[in-house]
Amino acid sequence: MNIETNPQAQDAGGAKVRTGIADCDIHPSPRDFEKEVYPFLETRWQRYIESYGMVQRVGFMGGTQYPKGQPRASRRDSFPPGGGGPGSDLAFMRQQHLDPHNVELGVMIPLRVGQQILNIDLAIAICSAMNDWQIAEWTSQEPRLKGSILTAYQDAGAAVREIERHAGKDDFVQVSMLSRTPEPMGNRMYWPIYEAAAAAGLPVGVHAFGYGGTPVTGGGWPSYYMEDMMAHSQSCQALITSMVFEGVFERIPGFRLVIVEAGIAWLPALAWRLDAIWRKNRGELTAVKRPPSDYIRECIWLTSQPIEEPDTRQHLVDAIDWIGWDRVLYASDYPHWDFDDPQQVLPVKLTRAQRDNFFRDNAFSAYGLSDG
Amino acid sequence: MARHVVASVEEFDKTDRKLVQVKGRPIVVFRLGEEWFAMSNRCPHMGGSLCEGQLISLVEAERPGEVTMSREGEILRCPWHGWEFDIRTGQSRARPAAFRSRQHPVSVVSGAEAESVGNLETFEVRRDGRYVVVEI
Ligand code: FES
Repeated sequence: MNIETNPQAQDAGGAKVRTGIADCDIHPSPRDFEKEVYPFLETRWQRYIESYGMVQRVGFMGGTQYPKGQPRASRRDSFPPGGGGPGSDLAFMRQQHLDPHNVELGVMIPLRVGQQILNIDLAIAICSAMNDWQIAEWTSQEPRLKGSILTAYQDAGAAVREIERHAGKDDFVQVSMLSRTPEPMGNRMYWPIYEAAAAAGLPVGVHAFGYGGTPVTGGGWPSYYMEDMMAHSQSCQALITSMVFEGVFERIPGFRLVIVEAGIAWLPALAWRLDAIWRKNRGELTAVKRPPSDYIRECIWLTSQPIEEPDTRQHLVDAIDWIGWDRVLYASDYPHWDFDDPQQVLPVKLTRAQRDNFFRDNAFSAYGLSDG
Repeated sequence: MARHVVASVEEFDKTDRKLVQVKGRPIVVFRLGEEWFAMSNRCPHMGGSLCEGQLISLVEAERPGEVTMSREGEILRCPWHGWEFDIRTGQSRARPAAFRSRQHPVSVVSGAEAESVGNLETFEVRRDGRYVVVEI
Protein backbone atom coordinates (compact mmCIF):
# COMPACT_ATOMS: atom_id res chain seq x y z
CA MET A 1 0.00 0.00 0.00
CA ASN A 2 1.19 3.53 -0.70
CA ILE A 3 0.16 6.06 1.89
CA GLU A 4 0.53 9.59 0.66
CA THR A 5 -0.07 12.76 2.63
CA ASN A 6 0.19 14.68 -0.59
CA PRO A 7 -2.42 13.81 -3.23
CA GLN A 8 -0.20 15.16 -6.02
CA ALA A 9 2.56 12.69 -5.29
CA GLN A 10 3.52 10.38 -8.07
CA ASP A 11 4.79 6.90 -7.63
CA ALA A 12 7.78 5.64 -9.55
CA GLY A 13 5.64 4.57 -12.50
CA GLY A 14 4.13 8.05 -12.76
CA ALA A 15 0.67 6.92 -11.69
CA LYS A 16 -1.17 9.05 -9.17
CA VAL A 17 -1.07 7.62 -5.68
CA ARG A 18 -4.57 7.80 -4.35
CA THR A 19 -4.40 6.02 -1.04
CA GLY A 20 -5.33 8.58 1.56
CA ILE A 21 -4.64 9.00 5.22
CA ALA A 22 -6.81 8.78 8.31
CA ASP A 23 -6.97 11.85 10.52
CA CYS A 24 -8.40 10.87 13.90
CA ASP A 25 -9.07 14.27 15.42
CA ILE A 26 -10.89 17.01 13.52
CA HIS A 27 -13.06 19.59 15.25
CA PRO A 28 -16.17 20.80 13.49
CA SER A 29 -18.31 23.47 15.07
CA PRO A 30 -21.69 24.97 14.20
CA ARG A 31 -21.45 28.13 12.19
CA ASP A 32 -24.72 29.29 13.66
CA PHE A 33 -25.94 27.30 16.66
CA GLU A 34 -29.54 28.48 16.34
CA LYS A 35 -29.80 27.81 12.67
CA GLU A 36 -28.01 24.47 12.65
CA VAL A 37 -28.66 22.88 16.06
CA TYR A 38 -31.99 24.34 17.19
CA PRO A 39 -33.90 22.25 14.64
CA PHE A 40 -32.86 19.20 16.69
CA LEU A 41 -33.76 20.70 20.08
CA GLU A 42 -37.19 20.86 21.64
CA THR A 43 -38.53 24.43 21.94
CA ARG A 44 -38.36 24.27 25.73
CA TRP A 45 -34.60 23.76 25.54
CA GLN A 46 -34.20 26.56 23.04
CA ARG A 47 -35.98 28.90 25.47
CA TYR A 48 -33.95 27.50 28.36
CA ILE A 49 -30.65 28.24 26.63
CA GLU A 50 -31.80 31.77 25.83
CA SER A 51 -32.73 32.42 29.47
CA TYR A 52 -30.11 30.50 31.42
CA GLY A 53 -27.32 29.58 29.01
CA MET A 54 -25.34 26.35 29.06
CA VAL A 55 -23.58 26.37 32.39
CA GLN A 56 -20.67 23.98 32.73
CA ARG A 57 -18.62 22.88 35.71
CA VAL A 58 -16.38 25.88 35.34
CA GLY A 59 -16.74 29.44 36.57
CA PHE A 60 -17.10 31.01 33.14
CA MET A 61 -20.14 31.19 30.91
CA GLY A 62 -18.46 31.59 27.57
CA GLY A 63 -14.78 30.84 27.96
CA THR A 64 -12.41 28.38 29.53
CA GLN A 65 -10.20 28.63 32.60
CA TYR A 66 -7.14 29.48 30.55
CA PRO A 67 -6.92 31.80 27.55
CA LYS A 68 -5.85 29.66 24.61
CA GLY A 69 -2.70 29.99 22.53
CA GLN A 70 -4.56 31.56 19.61
CA PRO A 71 -8.06 33.04 19.20
CA ARG A 72 -10.74 30.32 19.32
CA ALA A 73 -7.81 27.97 20.07
CA SER A 74 -7.41 27.85 16.30
CA ARG A 75 -4.92 28.34 13.54
CA ARG A 76 -5.21 31.92 12.41
CA ASP A 77 -5.51 30.78 8.83
CA SER A 78 -8.47 28.51 9.61
CA PHE A 79 -11.16 31.20 9.83
CA PRO A 80 -13.24 30.58 6.71
CA PRO A 81 -13.09 33.47 4.24
CA GLY A 82 -16.89 33.41 3.99
CA GLY A 83 -17.30 34.01 7.74
CA GLY A 84 -18.10 31.72 10.65
CA GLY A 85 -15.68 30.17 13.10
CA PRO A 86 -12.86 27.72 12.39
CA GLY A 87 -14.16 24.29 11.43
CA SER A 88 -17.62 25.60 10.58
CA ASP A 89 -17.46 25.52 6.79
CA LEU A 90 -17.28 22.16 5.07
CA ALA A 91 -16.20 23.57 1.70
CA PHE A 92 -13.31 25.42 3.32
CA MET A 93 -12.34 22.40 5.42
CA ARG A 94 -12.14 20.37 2.23
CA GLN A 95 -10.06 22.99 0.53
CA GLN A 96 -7.71 23.74 3.42
CA HIS A 97 -7.35 20.32 4.96
CA LEU A 98 -9.10 17.24 3.55
CA ASP A 99 -8.03 17.66 -0.09
CA PRO A 100 -4.45 18.91 0.23
CA HIS A 101 -3.59 16.33 2.88
CA ASN A 102 -5.34 13.51 1.13
CA VAL A 103 -7.53 12.71 4.13
CA GLU A 104 -9.67 9.73 3.29
CA LEU A 105 -11.06 9.11 6.77
CA GLY A 106 -11.57 12.13 9.01
CA VAL A 107 -12.85 11.49 12.53
CA MET A 108 -14.76 14.46 13.89
CA ILE A 109 -14.94 15.21 17.59
CA PRO A 110 -17.17 18.18 18.38
CA LEU A 111 -15.98 19.91 21.54
CA ARG A 112 -17.34 22.55 23.89
CA VAL A 113 -21.01 21.97 23.16
CA GLY A 114 -23.04 19.50 25.13
CA GLN A 115 -20.92 17.34 27.37
CA GLN A 116 -20.61 18.17 31.05
CA ILE A 117 -23.31 20.82 31.18
CA LEU A 118 -24.54 21.04 34.77
CA ASN A 119 -28.22 20.72 33.95
CA ILE A 120 -28.13 17.05 33.07
CA ASP A 121 -31.38 17.07 31.06
CA LEU A 122 -30.06 19.93 28.97
CA ALA A 123 -26.77 18.07 28.51
CA ILE A 124 -28.65 15.02 27.26
CA ALA A 125 -30.75 17.11 24.85
CA ILE A 126 -27.78 18.99 23.45
CA CYS A 127 -25.60 15.90 23.00
CA SER A 128 -28.43 14.29 21.12
CA ALA A 129 -28.98 17.40 18.96
CA MET A 130 -25.25 17.63 18.23
CA ASN A 131 -25.28 14.05 17.00
CA ASP A 132 -28.12 14.78 14.60
CA TRP A 133 -26.25 17.92 13.56
CA GLN A 134 -23.14 15.90 12.74
CA ILE A 135 -25.18 13.78 10.36
CA ALA A 136 -27.12 16.66 8.81
CA GLU A 137 -24.28 19.10 8.29
CA TRP A 138 -21.27 16.84 7.87
CA THR A 139 -21.38 13.07 7.44
CA SER A 140 -24.35 13.06 5.04
CA GLN A 141 -22.52 15.60 2.90
CA GLU A 142 -18.97 14.34 3.06
CA PRO A 143 -18.42 10.58 3.16
CA ARG A 144 -14.77 11.03 4.17
CA LEU A 145 -15.91 12.46 7.50
CA LYS A 146 -17.21 10.33 10.36
CA GLY A 147 -18.69 11.52 13.62
CA SER A 148 -18.38 10.73 17.33
CA ILE A 149 -21.49 10.02 19.36
CA LEU A 150 -21.60 12.67 22.09
CA THR A 151 -23.05 11.43 25.35
CA ALA A 152 -24.02 13.11 28.60
CA TYR A 153 -22.02 10.50 30.44
CA GLN A 154 -22.97 11.73 33.92
CA ASP A 155 -26.17 9.82 33.21
CA ALA A 156 -25.12 6.41 31.93
CA GLY A 157 -28.69 5.36 31.12
CA ALA A 158 -29.20 8.33 28.84
CA ALA A 159 -25.78 7.79 27.28
CA VAL A 160 -26.63 4.18 26.52
CA ARG A 161 -29.91 5.20 24.86
CA GLU A 162 -28.04 7.70 22.70
CA ILE A 163 -25.46 5.09 21.68
CA GLU A 164 -28.23 2.64 20.81
CA ARG A 165 -30.03 5.30 18.77
CA HIS A 166 -27.01 5.53 16.47
CA ALA A 167 -25.57 2.02 16.66
CA GLY A 168 -25.06 0.55 13.22
CA LYS A 169 -25.10 3.90 11.38
CA ASP A 170 -21.98 4.41 9.38
CA ASP A 171 -22.01 8.10 10.27
CA PHE A 172 -20.27 7.38 13.57
CA VAL A 173 -17.04 5.57 14.40
CA GLN A 174 -16.81 6.07 18.15
CA VAL A 175 -18.49 7.17 21.35
CA SER A 176 -17.05 10.40 22.69
CA MET A 177 -16.10 11.27 26.26
CA LEU A 178 -13.80 13.94 27.68
CA SER A 179 -10.88 13.05 29.92
CA ARG A 180 -11.71 15.18 32.95
CA THR A 181 -14.74 13.37 34.24
CA PRO A 182 -16.56 13.99 37.53
CA GLU A 183 -15.55 10.49 38.72
CA PRO A 184 -12.49 8.48 37.65
CA MET A 185 -13.24 6.68 34.40
CA GLY A 186 -12.99 3.20 35.85
CA ASN A 187 -15.92 3.97 38.15
CA ARG A 188 -18.80 1.57 37.71
CA MET A 189 -21.22 4.41 37.01
CA TYR A 190 -19.71 4.47 33.51
CA TRP A 191 -19.61 0.75 32.81
CA PRO A 192 -22.98 0.63 31.01
CA ILE A 193 -21.59 3.17 28.53
CA TYR A 194 -18.56 1.01 27.84
CA GLU A 195 -20.76 -2.06 27.47
CA ALA A 196 -23.07 -0.26 25.03
CA ALA A 197 -20.11 0.97 23.00
CA ALA A 198 -18.62 -2.53 22.84
CA ALA A 199 -22.00 -3.98 21.88
CA ALA A 200 -22.28 -1.42 19.07
CA GLY A 201 -18.77 -2.36 17.92
CA LEU A 202 -17.51 1.15 18.66
CA PRO A 203 -14.50 2.27 20.68
CA VAL A 204 -14.82 5.01 23.27
CA GLY A 205 -12.72 7.98 22.17
CA VAL A 206 -11.58 10.02 25.16
CA HIS A 207 -10.54 13.48 24.10
CA ALA A 208 -8.43 15.58 26.45
CA PHE A 209 -10.18 18.48 28.23
CA GLY A 210 -13.62 18.68 29.73
CA TYR A 211 -14.67 20.06 33.09
CA GLY A 212 -15.08 17.49 35.80
CA GLY A 213 -15.31 20.12 38.50
CA THR A 214 -11.87 19.39 39.95
CA PRO A 215 -8.65 21.33 39.33
CA VAL A 216 -6.80 20.40 36.15
CA THR A 217 -3.86 18.92 38.04
CA GLY A 218 -3.70 16.67 41.07
CA GLY A 219 -1.94 19.53 42.84
CA GLY A 220 -4.50 22.22 42.12
CA TRP A 221 -4.81 25.04 39.61
CA PRO A 222 -1.59 25.85 37.75
CA SER A 223 -0.65 29.31 36.55
CA TYR A 224 -0.42 28.84 32.82
CA TYR A 225 -2.39 27.49 29.87
CA MET A 226 0.60 25.38 28.91
CA GLU A 227 0.31 23.60 32.25
CA ASP A 228 -3.35 22.95 31.50
CA MET A 229 -2.16 21.33 28.25
CA MET A 230 0.53 19.30 29.97
CA ALA A 231 -1.97 18.09 32.53
CA HIS A 232 -3.74 16.03 29.88
CA SER A 233 -1.11 13.34 30.07
CA GLN A 234 -1.67 13.19 33.83
CA SER A 235 -5.43 12.95 33.54
CA CYS A 236 -5.14 10.26 30.87
CA GLN A 237 -2.65 8.26 32.93
CA ALA A 238 -5.05 8.48 35.85
CA LEU A 239 -8.03 7.36 33.78
CA ILE A 240 -6.18 4.43 32.22
CA THR A 241 -4.99 3.36 35.67
CA SER A 242 -8.52 3.62 36.99
CA MET A 243 -9.96 1.60 34.11
CA VAL A 244 -7.31 -1.11 34.42
CA PHE A 245 -7.54 -1.45 38.19
CA GLU A 246 -11.34 -1.34 38.27
CA GLY A 247 -11.28 -4.19 35.80
CA VAL A 248 -13.05 -2.44 32.91
CA PHE A 249 -10.96 -4.18 30.26
CA GLU A 250 -11.30 -7.53 32.03
CA ARG A 251 -15.06 -7.28 32.47
CA ILE A 252 -16.11 -5.93 29.10
CA PRO A 253 -14.91 -8.10 26.24
CA GLY A 254 -14.38 -6.20 23.03
CA PHE A 255 -14.08 -2.84 24.77
CA ARG A 256 -11.70 -0.50 22.92
CA LEU A 257 -10.34 2.85 24.05
CA VAL A 258 -8.83 5.65 21.94
CA ILE A 259 -6.99 8.36 23.87
CA VAL A 260 -7.04 11.62 21.94
CA GLU A 261 -4.67 14.58 22.29
CA ALA A 262 -2.81 13.71 25.44
CA GLY A 263 0.66 12.94 24.06
CA ILE A 264 1.92 9.40 23.64
CA ALA A 265 5.42 8.82 25.01
CA TRP A 266 4.25 8.40 28.61
CA LEU A 267 2.27 5.25 27.90
CA PRO A 268 5.12 2.69 28.03
CA ALA A 269 6.37 4.01 31.38
CA LEU A 270 2.84 3.87 32.78
CA ALA A 271 2.44 0.27 31.64
CA TRP A 272 5.77 -0.72 33.22
CA ARG A 273 4.76 0.77 36.56
CA LEU A 274 1.28 -0.71 36.51
CA ASP A 275 2.70 -4.17 35.86
CA ALA A 276 5.09 -3.88 38.78
CA ILE A 277 2.39 -2.58 41.13
CA TRP A 278 -0.10 -5.21 40.05
CA ARG A 279 2.32 -8.07 40.66
CA LYS A 280 2.79 -6.97 44.26
CA ASN A 281 -0.81 -6.07 45.00
CA ARG A 282 -2.89 -8.79 43.48
CA GLY A 283 -4.68 -9.27 46.79
CA GLU A 284 -6.24 -5.85 46.46
CA LEU A 285 -6.58 -5.64 42.68
CA THR A 286 -8.70 -8.74 42.34
CA ALA A 287 -10.52 -7.59 39.21
CA VAL A 288 -7.25 -7.54 37.29
CA LYS A 289 -6.47 -11.01 36.01
CA ARG A 290 -3.62 -10.29 33.63
CA PRO A 291 -0.69 -7.87 33.67
CA PRO A 292 -2.01 -4.35 33.03
CA SER A 293 0.27 -3.98 30.00
CA ASP A 294 -1.66 -6.82 28.34
CA TYR A 295 -4.91 -4.86 28.47
CA ILE A 296 -3.18 -1.68 27.40
CA ARG A 297 -1.52 -3.42 24.46
CA GLU A 298 -4.78 -5.04 23.36
CA CYS A 299 -7.42 -2.42 24.01
CA ILE A 300 -5.87 1.06 23.83
CA TRP A 301 -4.90 3.28 20.91
CA LEU A 302 -3.44 6.78 21.13
CA THR A 303 -3.72 9.64 18.66
CA SER A 304 -0.47 11.32 17.75
CA GLN A 305 -1.14 15.02 18.12
CA PRO A 306 0.38 16.95 19.87
CA ILE A 307 3.27 14.65 19.16
CA GLU A 308 6.39 14.89 21.27
CA GLU A 309 9.23 16.69 19.49
CA PRO A 310 12.49 15.50 21.09
CA ASP A 311 15.72 17.08 19.83
CA THR A 312 17.00 13.61 19.07
CA ARG A 313 14.20 12.60 16.77
CA GLN A 314 15.02 8.94 17.00
CA HIS A 315 13.77 9.00 20.60
CA LEU A 316 10.24 9.38 19.30
CA VAL A 317 10.70 6.27 17.18
CA ASP A 318 11.96 4.43 20.27
CA ALA A 319 8.88 5.52 22.20
CA ILE A 320 6.57 4.27 19.45
CA ASP A 321 8.55 1.02 19.31
CA TRP A 322 7.67 0.52 22.97
CA ILE A 323 4.03 1.49 22.52
CA GLY A 324 3.65 -0.60 19.35
CA TRP A 325 3.47 0.71 15.79
CA ASP A 326 -0.01 -0.72 15.52
CA ARG A 327 -1.29 1.56 18.29
CA VAL A 328 -0.63 5.18 17.30
CA LEU A 329 -3.13 6.96 15.07
CA TYR A 330 -2.26 10.07 13.11
CA ALA A 331 -4.32 13.10 14.16
CA SER A 332 -4.09 16.70 13.01
CA ASP A 333 -6.38 18.47 15.51
CA TYR A 334 -7.55 20.67 12.64
CA PRO A 335 -8.46 23.55 12.94
CA HIS A 336 -6.88 24.03 16.34
CA TRP A 337 -3.70 26.00 16.78
CA ASP A 338 -1.59 23.06 17.85
CA PHE A 339 -2.29 21.33 14.52
CA ASP A 340 0.24 18.70 13.38
CA ASP A 341 0.89 18.69 9.65
CA PRO A 342 0.99 15.12 8.29
CA GLN A 343 3.99 15.88 6.14
CA GLN A 344 6.02 17.11 9.11
CA VAL A 345 4.72 15.14 12.03
CA LEU A 346 7.24 12.31 11.97
CA PRO A 347 10.50 13.83 10.75
CA VAL A 348 12.29 10.50 10.73
CA LYS A 349 12.75 7.75 8.23
CA LEU A 350 10.01 5.17 8.54
CA THR A 351 9.53 1.80 6.98
CA ARG A 352 6.62 1.38 4.62
CA ALA A 353 4.79 -0.71 7.23
CA GLN A 354 5.30 1.90 9.93
CA ARG A 355 3.95 4.65 7.68
CA ASP A 356 0.98 2.60 6.59
CA ASN A 357 0.12 1.76 10.18
CA PHE A 358 0.55 5.26 11.53
CA PHE A 359 -1.25 7.14 8.78
CA ARG A 360 -4.00 4.70 7.98
CA ASP A 361 -4.22 1.05 8.95
CA ASN A 362 -4.27 1.56 12.72
CA ALA A 363 -7.29 3.83 12.41
CA PHE A 364 -9.21 1.23 10.48
CA SER A 365 -8.51 -1.39 13.15
CA ALA A 366 -9.16 0.93 16.10
CA TYR A 367 -12.56 1.93 14.71
CA GLY A 368 -13.33 -1.54 13.41
CA LEU A 369 -13.72 -0.38 9.82
CA SER A 370 -12.95 -2.43 6.78
CA ASP A 371 -10.40 -0.74 4.61
CA GLY A 372 -11.90 -0.51 1.17
CA MET B 1 21.59 34.75 -6.48
CA ALA B 2 19.23 36.06 -9.07
CA ARG B 3 16.95 39.08 -8.74
CA HIS B 4 13.25 38.75 -9.42
CA VAL B 5 10.59 41.39 -9.84
CA VAL B 6 7.72 40.12 -7.70
CA ALA B 7 5.23 42.98 -7.33
CA SER B 8 4.61 46.62 -7.97
CA VAL B 9 4.77 48.95 -4.99
CA GLU B 10 1.10 49.95 -5.51
CA GLU B 11 0.05 46.42 -4.69
CA PHE B 12 1.03 47.26 -1.12
CA ASP B 13 -1.21 50.34 -0.91
CA LYS B 14 -3.87 48.50 1.05
CA THR B 15 -1.89 45.63 2.56
CA ASP B 16 1.37 45.19 4.40
CA ARG B 17 2.17 41.82 2.84
CA LYS B 18 1.98 39.73 -0.27
CA LEU B 19 2.60 36.07 -0.99
CA VAL B 20 4.54 35.55 -4.21
CA GLN B 21 6.05 32.56 -5.97
CA VAL B 22 9.62 32.73 -7.13
CA LYS B 23 10.87 29.74 -9.06
CA GLY B 24 8.03 27.76 -7.53
CA ARG B 25 8.99 28.78 -4.03
CA PRO B 26 6.48 30.62 -1.84
CA ILE B 27 7.97 33.85 -0.54
CA VAL B 28 6.18 36.38 1.65
CA VAL B 29 7.06 40.05 1.22
CA PHE B 30 6.27 42.54 3.99
CA ARG B 31 6.22 46.28 3.84
CA LEU B 32 6.84 48.12 7.09
CA GLY B 33 6.60 51.80 6.26
CA GLU B 34 9.45 52.34 3.84
CA GLU B 35 11.20 49.12 4.77
CA TRP B 36 10.80 45.86 2.95
CA PHE B 37 11.38 42.30 4.09
CA ALA B 38 11.06 38.96 2.37
CA MET B 39 11.28 35.46 3.72
CA SER B 40 10.29 31.94 2.87
CA ASN B 41 6.59 31.54 3.55
CA ARG B 42 7.12 28.16 5.21
CA CYS B 43 7.56 28.31 8.96
CA PRO B 44 10.73 26.40 9.87
CA HIS B 45 8.86 24.61 12.64
CA MET B 46 6.17 22.69 10.73
CA GLY B 47 5.52 24.66 7.61
CA GLY B 48 2.72 27.02 8.68
CA SER B 49 2.04 29.74 6.10
CA LEU B 50 3.80 32.80 7.52
CA CYS B 51 1.89 35.29 5.38
CA GLU B 52 -1.16 34.46 7.52
CA GLY B 53 0.75 35.41 10.68
CA GLN B 54 0.36 38.53 12.76
CA LEU B 55 2.98 41.25 12.95
CA ILE B 56 3.27 42.08 16.62
CA SER B 57 5.64 43.96 18.90
CA LEU B 58 8.61 42.62 20.75
CA VAL B 59 7.33 41.84 24.21
CA GLU B 60 9.94 41.50 26.93
CA ALA B 61 9.91 41.41 30.69
CA GLU B 62 12.89 41.98 32.97
CA ARG B 63 10.94 40.40 35.76
CA PRO B 64 7.33 39.25 36.22
CA GLY B 65 4.88 42.09 35.72
CA GLU B 66 7.39 44.51 34.19
CA VAL B 67 6.46 44.12 30.58
CA THR B 68 7.79 46.35 27.83
CA MET B 69 6.73 46.49 24.22
CA SER B 70 8.97 47.79 21.49
CA ARG B 71 9.67 47.43 17.77
CA GLU B 72 6.01 47.53 16.79
CA GLY B 73 5.20 45.29 13.85
CA GLU B 74 8.66 43.75 13.67
CA ILE B 75 7.88 40.36 15.16
CA LEU B 76 6.08 37.86 12.99
CA ARG B 77 3.94 35.28 14.78
CA CYS B 78 3.26 32.03 12.95
CA PRO B 79 -0.48 31.39 12.49
CA TRP B 80 -0.15 27.80 13.69
CA HIS B 81 1.82 27.27 16.89
CA GLY B 82 2.62 30.92 17.45
CA TRP B 83 6.41 30.83 17.16
CA GLU B 84 7.74 34.34 16.82
CA PHE B 85 10.36 35.45 14.32
CA ASP B 86 12.32 38.67 14.10
CA ILE B 87 11.36 40.17 10.76
CA ARG B 88 14.83 41.72 10.39
CA THR B 89 16.90 38.62 10.95
CA GLY B 90 14.41 35.77 10.60
CA GLN B 91 15.62 34.45 13.93
CA SER B 92 13.21 32.56 16.13
CA ARG B 93 12.60 34.41 19.39
CA ALA B 94 12.30 31.24 21.44
CA ARG B 95 15.28 29.34 20.05
CA PRO B 96 17.40 31.79 18.08
CA ALA B 97 20.28 29.37 17.72
CA ALA B 98 18.21 26.51 16.38
CA PHE B 99 15.61 28.07 14.11
CA ARG B 100 15.46 30.94 11.71
CA SER B 101 13.12 31.70 8.87
CA ARG B 102 14.87 32.07 5.56
CA GLN B 103 15.34 35.73 4.65
CA HIS B 104 15.80 37.16 1.18
CA PRO B 105 17.13 40.61 0.31
CA VAL B 106 14.45 42.97 -1.06
CA SER B 107 14.81 46.23 -2.89
CA VAL B 108 12.53 48.69 -4.63
CA VAL B 109 13.52 49.80 -8.12
CA SER B 110 12.14 52.09 -10.78
CA GLY B 111 10.42 50.73 -13.86
CA ALA B 112 13.46 51.49 -15.95
CA GLU B 113 15.70 49.49 -13.64
CA ALA B 114 13.14 46.69 -13.34
CA GLU B 115 13.47 46.02 -17.03
CA SER B 116 17.15 45.36 -16.57
CA VAL B 117 16.50 42.91 -13.74
CA GLY B 118 14.98 40.44 -16.14
CA ASN B 119 12.63 37.75 -14.81
CA LEU B 120 9.71 39.85 -15.95
CA GLU B 121 7.57 37.19 -17.60
CA THR B 122 4.60 37.85 -15.38
CA PHE B 123 5.03 41.59 -15.23
CA GLU B 124 4.12 44.47 -17.33
CA VAL B 125 6.46 47.18 -16.22
CA ARG B 126 5.68 50.85 -16.58
CA ARG B 127 8.75 53.03 -16.80
CA ASP B 128 7.38 55.45 -14.21
CA GLY B 129 6.29 52.68 -11.81
CA ARG B 130 8.14 51.33 -8.78
CA TYR B 131 8.73 47.63 -8.31
CA VAL B 132 9.67 45.23 -5.56
CA VAL B 133 12.65 42.99 -6.32
CA VAL B 134 13.56 39.90 -4.32
CA GLU B 135 16.91 38.14 -4.53
CA ILE B 136 16.97 34.39 -4.40
S1 FES C 1 4.46 25.77 12.03
FE1 FES C 1 4.97 27.75 12.62
S2 FES C 1 5.02 27.64 14.72
FE2 FES C 1 4.64 25.61 14.16
